[in-house]
Amino acid sequence: MNASLSINDLHVSVDGTEIIKGLTLEIPKGEVHAIMGPNGSGKSTLAKVLAGHEDYEVTGGSVTMDGQDVLGMEIDERSRAGLFLAFQYPHEIPGVSNANFLRAALQARLPKGEEIDAVAFYKEMYARMDELEMDRKFTGRSVNEGFSGGEKKRNEILQMMMLEPSFAILDETDSGLDIDALRIVAQGVNSMRSPARGFLVITHYQRLLDYIVPDHVHVMFDGRIVRSGDKSLALELEEKGYDWVKEELAA
Amino acid sequence: MPHDNATLEAVSIDQAEGNFSFPEAYDYDAGYGLTEQVIDYISDAKQEADWVRDFRKRALKVFLDKPMPTHWASKDLENIHFDNIRYYLAKGQRPTRSWDEVPDDVKQTFERLGIPEKERKYLAGVEAQFDSEAAYSNVKEELEKQGVIFVNSTEGLREHPEIFRKWFGKVIPTGDNKFSALNSAVFSGGSFIYVPPGVKVAHPLQAYFRINAENFGQFERTLIIVDEGAEVTYMEGCTAPKFETATLHSAVVELVAMKDAKIQYITVQNWSNNVFNLVTKRGLAHENAEIRWIDCNIGSRLTMKYPGVIMKGRKARGEVISIALANDGQHQDTGAKMIHAADETTSNVVSKSISVGTGRSTYRGQVHIPKHLKGCKNNTECDALLINTSSRTDTYPAITVRGNQHATQHEASVSQVSEDQIFYMQQRGLSEAEAMSLSVNGFVNDLVREFPMEYSVELKRLIDLEMEGSVG
Repeated sequence: MNASLSINDLHVSVDGTEIIKGLTLEIPKGEVHAIMGPNGSGKSTLAKVLAGHEDYEVTGGSVTMDGQDVLGMEIDERSRAGLFLAFQYPHEIPGVSNANFLRAALQARLPKGEEIDAVAFYKEMYARMDELEMDRKFTGRSVNEGFSGGEKKRNEILQMMMLEPSFAILDETDSGLDIDALRIVAQGVNSMRSPARGFLVITHYQRLLDYIVPDHVHVMFDGRIVRSGDKSLALELEEKGYDWVKEELAA
Repeated sequence: MPHDNATLEAVSIDQAEGNFSFPEAYDYDAGYGLTEQVIDYISDAKQEADWVRDFRKRALKVFLDKPMPTHWASKDLENIHFDNIRYYLAKGQRPTRSWDEVPDDVKQTFERLGIPEKERKYLAGVEAQFDSEAAYSNVKEELEKQGVIFVNSTEGLREHPEIFRKWFGKVIPTGDNKFSALNSAVFSGGSFIYVPPGVKVAHPLQAYFRINAENFGQFERTLIIVDEGAEVTYMEGCTAPKFETATLHSAVVELVAMKDAKIQYITVQNWSNNVFNLVTKRGLAHENAEIRWIDCNIGSRLTMKYPGVIMKGRKARGEVISIALANDGQHQDTGAKMIHAADETTSNVVSKSISVGTGRSTYRGQVHIPKHLKGCKNNTECDALLINTSSRTDTYPAITVRGNQHATQHEASVSQVSEDQIFYMQQRGLSEAEAMSLSVNGFVNDLVREFPMEYSVELKRLIDLEMEGSVG
């Protein structure tokens, strides 16, 4: 069995326009991969396609997780199989408390008839919230409703910690975060790094990668990965800008 | 009887789509159609006083004279064939239907709602009454000590006319509307409650407790009188689907709260989808009294129900909190009526509706504050949630405020469960149906909290069930 999230020659269209044009990437468990790229390069599309968003049509290629076909699975099946997406813009769910939402998500992973242990659940949730420096009052508040940008992102990381995925995709988790929040969120992510878990960190800026140090960095442009390297590639990009990649490609 | 029953049974409106029907033998059956003879039959069966018989007969005339309110309400009302209805059926013994005769899908629904075994049998009509005689006798003893009267309408009118006659038909006059007239002519079943001054009834009174075979009659008549400074909570219905052979249900509920009294009336109804449920509910609040209607309507083909409060005394308060869920082919036409008739009266209306599939929900609100009053307040909020693109909602708020010494506010919203919200929830591992249920439960959450604990748990389960068919 192949213990990785493996994307092979993926092609994706939206309304007939191809956005991802043959993307290949393998993320073995235990590694953190970063994808950087200018706006419109297809980074966020990749995140949503992996999660199964129905607006995107996969026209070719394959995605497997630990050897298992992902593209044939429903959105929720992918989640329960171990795929997690931290949203760039997390949605609000009015009237549903954070605690109830998390509980429902965990309950969905149990076999029918089995009930979640409420005491253990709250203990775990409080411990994780403390790590993320989240006030206890967030357990009773409606999911993301009235949360600041930073609070929403912390909440995404809280969900990730509670669901303990095998592969986590972080879609521009750094956007809208001040430096303190960025540090806390990164700490949360780093605490989750393990040989049993792979990460795909999507970001526009190098800044996040000072805190979550990647094993590999990929540059995405026009629907493909055009360059791969180690963490120094991110620094190089930061210094020279995305135009450097575009010019190199044109040459 | 004017008609041949077998023929009428064959053409009766619900036979084709009725999802539940049993051959049953009744000891009392007034036959099909509505005539003076039918009224006499009912009055004879109930051994009623002449004034009650006369009241019924006058009501029959009013009913026959009044046109259908189709100029503002649904044309679907025209599909009620009054000649094809049996107006009085009563059992002198326990019914003969057995549990084995109850269809499997009904049993499954009970199972999934987690309804206790005994209640299931009662709800399916296997047992004529809820088997809680022991529980009731305790309640009854305590109530009697406090001087509380809690009986059915027949007994109330027969045994306690000095208390009930004064208010009977006064809050909702016979001629209020065509269906209140119908109820006044043929009513049976329903509760009569009197709470003496200063008595605060500790536990909610439930129709369940009252042992009475006609408990859930088609034409229930309820009258609750709460004397000065007294308090009571009454609960009717339950979240389990009620499987009915009768297609027309038309209840009248009158509440009277004397000075400083408090009444809370809680209803949860889940009708099978062949039922016309046309209900008139109104309370009269004297000085500094409070009347709250907490109402949840699920199911039925057409429900028309606008609980109201007439705030007759200074500082009286009225409140309507309602949830309506209209699924495929159903129309929930609900709302509230708040009539301010004294200074410094306060009313609050919060209504939330959910339309699923081709379901349709309508909010109709009337708030009336006349010019000569001072310091009245009204707050109205109505929110509608549409689940599918074929779902429909309409809002008709009529707020008449004259004079400038009042405060009113009105908020209305229509929203849809967004695909992105469902995507987000599914990404966390919930199935599409679970995500939809959670969203809808979230939408009504603040109102569900107003219901007693056991109801709110059942309501949540019920919404889960209703949402199952909405996706895919």
